[in-house]
Amino acid sequence: MSDVSVDKVAGTAPRLALRGGTGRAYKLGRLIPWLVLIAAVGIWWFTGDTPEDILTYQEDIVYLGGQHIALVAYAGGLALITGIPAGMILSRPAFRRSSEIVLQVFNLGSTIPTLAIIALCMTALGIGTMPAVFGLWMATLLPIVRNTYTGLRNVPKMLIEAAQGMGMTPRQIFWRVEFPNALFVIFSGIRTALAICVGTAPLAFLIGAGGLGELIFTGIALDELPMLLAGVIPTALLAVLTDFIVGQLQYWLVPKGINPLR
Amino acid sequence: MIRLENLTKTFGAAGSGITAVDRVSFEVPEGEICVLLGPSGCGKTTTMKMINRLIEPTSGKVFIDGKDVTHIDPIQLRRSIGYVIQQIGLFPNKTVADNICVVPDLLGWDRKKSRTRAAELLEMVGLQPDTFMKRYPKELSGGQQQRVGVLRALAADAPVMLMDEPFGAIDPINREVIQDEFLRMQKTLRKTVIFVSHDLDEAVKMADKIAIFRAGRLEQFASPEHLLSNPATPFIETFLGTDRSLKLLRLVQVADAMLTPADTVRPEDPVAKARDLMEKSGHPAIIMSNGDGRPGGIILASRITGQGSCREAAEPVRATVPVKVDLRSAVALMFTHDMPVIPCVDEDGKLQGVLTYRSIVRSLANSKIAA
Ligand SMILES: Nc1ncnc2c1ncn2[C@@H]1O[C@H](COP(=O)(O)OP(=O)(O)OP(=O)(O)O)[C@@H](O)[C@H]1O
Ligand SMILES: [Mg+2]
Repeated sequence: MSDVSVDKVAGTAPRLALRGGTGRAYKLGRLIPWLVLIAAVGIWWFTGDTPEDILTYQEDIVYLGGQHIALVAYAGGLALITGIPAGMILSRPAFRRSSEIVLQVFNLGSTIPTLAIIALCMTALGIGTMPAVFGLWMATLLPIVRNTYTGLRNVPKMLIEAAQGMGMTPRQIFWRVEFPNALFVIFSGIRTALAICVGTAPLAFLIGAGGLGELIFTGIALDELPMLLAGVIPTALLAVLTDFIVGQLQYWLVPKGINPLR
Repeated sequence: MIRLENLTKTFGAAGSGITAVDRVSFEVPEGEICVLLGPSGCGKTTTMKMINRLIEPTSGKVFIDGKDVTHIDPIQLRRSIGYVIQQIGLFPNKTVADNICVVPDLLGWDRKKSRTRAAELLEMVGLQPDTFMKRYPKELSGGQQQRVGVLRALAADAPVMLMDEPFGAIDPINREVIQDEFLRMQKTLRKTVIFVSHDLDEAVKMADKIAIFRAGRLEQFASPEHLLSNPATPFIETFLGTDRSLKLLRLVQVADAMLTPADTVRPEDPVAKARDLMEKSGHPAIIMSNGDGRPGGIILASRITGQGSCREAAEPVRATVPVKVDLRSAVALMFTHDMPVIPCVDEDGKLQGVLTYRSIVRSLANSKIAA
């Protein structure tokens, strides 16, 4: 299932997707949580008494996991409600010229490591949840904007012309033709973005926003394998779960006629 | 009724731009099909798009039912005109039913009414509504998509239709089928249709009037018969090709070209009678008719030997041609079965007349004079 969707995205939006590397990032984003999960569970299984040791962190896992989910939810939600409209606006004919430039800037931004972004946010905004959410939002935004833009731009001209010729208003053309036909690509962007968001969220601990990163980084610092795993396994589970949920949404919400998964 | 008056469109800056359509004027009466014909890039699509204001003319006017279209809101105008675009353009996110009902939905028709209408339309082109209403365009064959594209333009029952190469992306055999289907519907629907094509055969078949374009100019506007027999310019003559008289065959019905009443002999007549009749008429063969009025045999002048009755001299009739078909099919039959004289029969198989090569040539010449 995953490979089909990746190929289709690259197929419908070859130019931008390849240049920006959405396809590759997407593949990695989908794969890494599984690998981590398998590795972590493997370690858990084969290292004697670790399972019980991990469960001693149960309270921490629940509390920090809650924080982690909240961080992801805020940053991801923010990225959705800003990224999709931004992509829509950039795809409008009036913005055709500036949109390429804007996306180039975005692309450039995506080459800055997320850790650096988060560090910059700390410098500018101090420590705590707010700068962490802001940093995560920045890291999450790009795939959403880019896929929304690409998806809308790649709706075949002839469909728009047919819609026009039958007397749809520009607004009707957008909501009845352009948006539904871009929906699959948009969803693929959301999927990538949220995978990045969940995977990056542990870094939030470094600027004092808590989350499962606390177990991971402290585990590393103290060379405590069970503590490290207590952070890694839930993080990976969360990533897999998020991907599954968005995947299901994509499967069911994108109309059958343009959904290569169905 | 559609009337174009000095319609002109220049793309790019005035003076330096390309004039895609250059002072085109013509009029299509209500219920007729006008085919815009010409080589690629001659301005057919541009002309059509100026009618529903997808393109605004540089100068000139378009009138529909006497109303200047620039005085009609473009959205309302387009909803009142059926439109089939060059690449079909079905919406892949919508089902067949939803595609057909796009304009009815825009016009706010009752949903039940519009879906019933969609089912009726599908039935008209032989697509089972139960199977096809819920399908998506990607689940249709090319021919089925093309049919749905046409139905979508018919759905709101607009009196005027614009069709840009509606049967372009389809193999020749299915194209004939779909053309016949459309003509059958047109007989009852009586839409005023502007139909773009670059296929002369299609134009001759579909058109009441053909408008031939060349580099944005209207070269000739005439009925297919007139066009084929009296091309106005050397360009058109070349465009129509050296086989244009063969194309003309399509436009003449057997009933109009056959010889009536046909000379016939009865089985019991002496062969001498057949020979006399053929000498008098100059035909190379004569039909022997049975008592019930059906052709029972054919007697060829070249094969008559000696005496005897016609019954003995007659050969079996290898083919007959219905009076309702066009001359092209008749000629094809005559060639295939090597019959210099072919009996023309009505629906009951009764002999109505005969067709000879000479009668065909004469009727083509007549259409030239009439045109
Ligand atoms: N938007 C446009 N801008 C500039 N030139 C255009 C535009 N649209 C069409 N043209 C030019 O106008 C001319 C006529 O184009 P048009 O699309 O009407 O041709 P056509 O007869 O429909 O050809 P075809 O049979 O290939 O569809 C062509 O030379 C084309 O390049
Ligand atoms: Mg064209």
